[in-house]
Amino acid sequence: MSDEPILSVNHLTMRFGGIIAVNDLSFNAERRKITALIGPNGAGKTTVFNCITGFYKATSGSMRLTHDDGHTIRLEHLNDFRISKQAKVARTFQNIRLFPGMTALENLMVAQHNALMRASGLTLLGLLGVPSWRTAEKQAIDLARTWLQRIGLLDRADDAAGNLPYGDQRRLEIARAMCTEPALLCLDEPAAGLNARESAALSELLLSIRADQGTSILLIEHDMSVVMEISDRVVVMDYGVKIAEGTPQHVRDDPKVIAAYLGADEEEAIAVMESGT
Amino acid sequence: MNANPDSIQASRAPGVAFILKKSLISALVALVLFSLMIGVRTEAGPQGLLVYETRFGDLAAMVAAVFGGSIVVELLRQWWGPVGIARLMPSQLTSSLSVAGRWVAPVLLIFTFLVPVIFYDQRYILDLGILVLTYVMLGWGLNVVVGLAGLLDLGYVAFYAVGAYSYALLATNFELSFWICLPLAGILSAFWGVLLGFPVLRLRGDYLAIVTLAFGEIIRLVIINWQSLTGGPNGVSGIPRPTLFGIPLDNSDAGLAARLGIEFSPTHRVGFLFYLILALALLTNWVTIRLRRLPIGRAWEALREDEVACRALGINTTTTKLTAFATGAMFGGFAGAFFATRQGFISPESFTFQESALVLAIVVLGGMGSQLGVALAALTMIGGFELFRGLDQFRMLVFGIAMVLLMIWRPRGLIGHRAPTVFLERNQAISSDLVKEGHG
Repeated sequence: MSDEPILSVNHLTMRFGGIIAVNDLSFNAERRKITALIGPNGAGKTTVFNCITGFYKATSGSMRLTHDDGHTIRLEHLNDFRISKQAKVARTFQNIRLFPGMTALENLMVAQHNALMRASGLTLLGLLGVPSWRTAEKQAIDLARTWLQRIGLLDRADDAAGNLPYGDQRRLEIARAMCTEPALLCLDEPAAGLNARESAALSELLLSIRADQGTSILLIEHDMSVVMEISDRVVVMDYGVKIAEGTPQHVRDDPKVIAAYLGADEEEAIAVMESGT
Repeated sequence: MNANPDSIQASRAPGVAFILKKSLISALVALVLFSLMIGVRTEAGPQGLLVYETRFGDLAAMVAAVFGGSIVVELLRQWWGPVGIARLMPSQLTSSLSVAGRWVAPVLLIFTFLVPVIFYDQRYILDLGILVLTYVMLGWGLNVVVGLAGLLDLGYVAFYAVGAYSYALLATNFELSFWICLPLAGILSAFWGVLLGFPVLRLRGDYLAIVTLAFGEIIRLVIINWQSLTGGPNGVSGIPRPTLFGIPLDNSDAGLAARLGIEFSPTHRVGFLFYLILALALLTNWVTIRLRRLPIGRAWEALREDEVACRALGINTTTTKLTAFATGAMFGGFAGAFFATRQGFISPESFTFQESALVLAIVVLGGMGSQLGVALAALTMIGGFELFRGLDQFRMLVFGIAMVLLMIWRPRGLIGHRAPTVFLERNQAISSDLVKEGHG
């Protein structure tokens, strides 16, 4: 296994016209660790995510992804769906983007598209219903079933995703991202809108993903209880630049971080300082 | 809804003034509209001059009718409460309908197989059946693009035309048989489907619709103007009839009738055509149903639901869209080749925008994505249209009213719900409220 960090972002800059959303940002996401990206609203966290996952083309800078076997991919050279397909980076969205008219199971099947496309011989073998395709399909359903079980939605597998409660939809989106079998999982505010119990269940799910799948996780989060509890490392951004980096404890005591949060929102600053104490 | 009747009555009491006001407005609008349309009638006078006569009596009658009519409509609306399917159909009826619904498809299929036997002597019904089946097939083809992938295509007739002309030109110029030309027509149409797909990949919604509309017109105009190849407005005639694997269906000595030793009848050929289009349509249906359960079909539907999420899951949206266009176009091409061999003569007039609109209406009316719905809609649209033939010029009017009413009651088409492609325990339909219509 490679010793390199799974993701190494170097001098990333993203400019929208005259606005510099991300300015010369460098940070690493360690392998098999949970890295949190925090910061006040408008700090540029989601922009960083969109650059990493190929939804934006970064103005400059490099993003290097190193797989377990040491194989390195430059994310800035890939775009769009290739980030997920080739670099094995999966993501979720701040505002949930499930396929609401498809069942929970179907959502997880769509996530296995590329593997299933290969198994179905680019549709031709699947159309003829050859045995190897049938086996692959069964395996895909089994994988989906496993994930539904892990997020506690097995009994709702055949319900439309749009009909599920909000917290379930959040977990289903994470399960869907995991069904692409990613090396790096990027979560954009996974705890947004969850109550305390659901947040705790989410933390547990993320820790189990890291432990069982060995997936590295990069997350943006405002819920400090989640960040402080599960993160191995925290990167703090404000106005598009990194202002602090380190362990949760270290970051929490950093005066610059407190100032940034105090300047932005008093409640959040208090939340940062009080959480974990 | 379960408040006691008195309180409902009370809440509706001030409605009288409201109803009168609404009806007066309707009457006023009618007065403005009809004063020129009905109130004044122009005619050419004896010297060719334009003369006019006034018909204020008729005008007053119409305005009064509108006034009275809107009072009645408002009263009905208050009496019924909000219009909804639950109101119009009691739950018992709905549940018994859903039980009957399971039997609709098999019964319809068996009946279709028996049509040439039952109506052996009735050429008109057989021809109508072939026409309906052609539109069923076109509807199923377009359903892949519009219903599954959610890409609004207003130029579907282009692929129908490409298929028809491919067969016509290949058969007349190179004397290839129908069975060789049929796949070629499909491949050529699919090719044009991909060609259309490329420029519209980044377009969505209205913009996509406009470009596909233009594409349909371009194909038609090219066919009209490329006289040396297509014969221009004169079309292509003398297109060979299909053969039963080389055996012609005519009254020659080598014909099927002579070989079987039975008396020749032109109905044989019509019956053959009927089963041919039935087979082609069923092939379309079978392939579509299979494709829905394959990753590509699920990707089409996922694309309709959320394109951004598809990209995040590593789905190549470009090829996914192109395959949807190509698959839909291929079926359109098959239908076109059949159309050419049935007619024996094709011209650009058969491939106007009206055809695209009709096929799209069939898909929308049927319920986007539903195979059975599309078949029922084609039957209603084409067969129903024939049913009203006796009404002469009111045919369109009756038909239009029927369509409007249907869309009020079933805004998501005859079969609005979606059947899942895979399930663990329960195969339950998904309500149309959740299923997206696609936006590009």
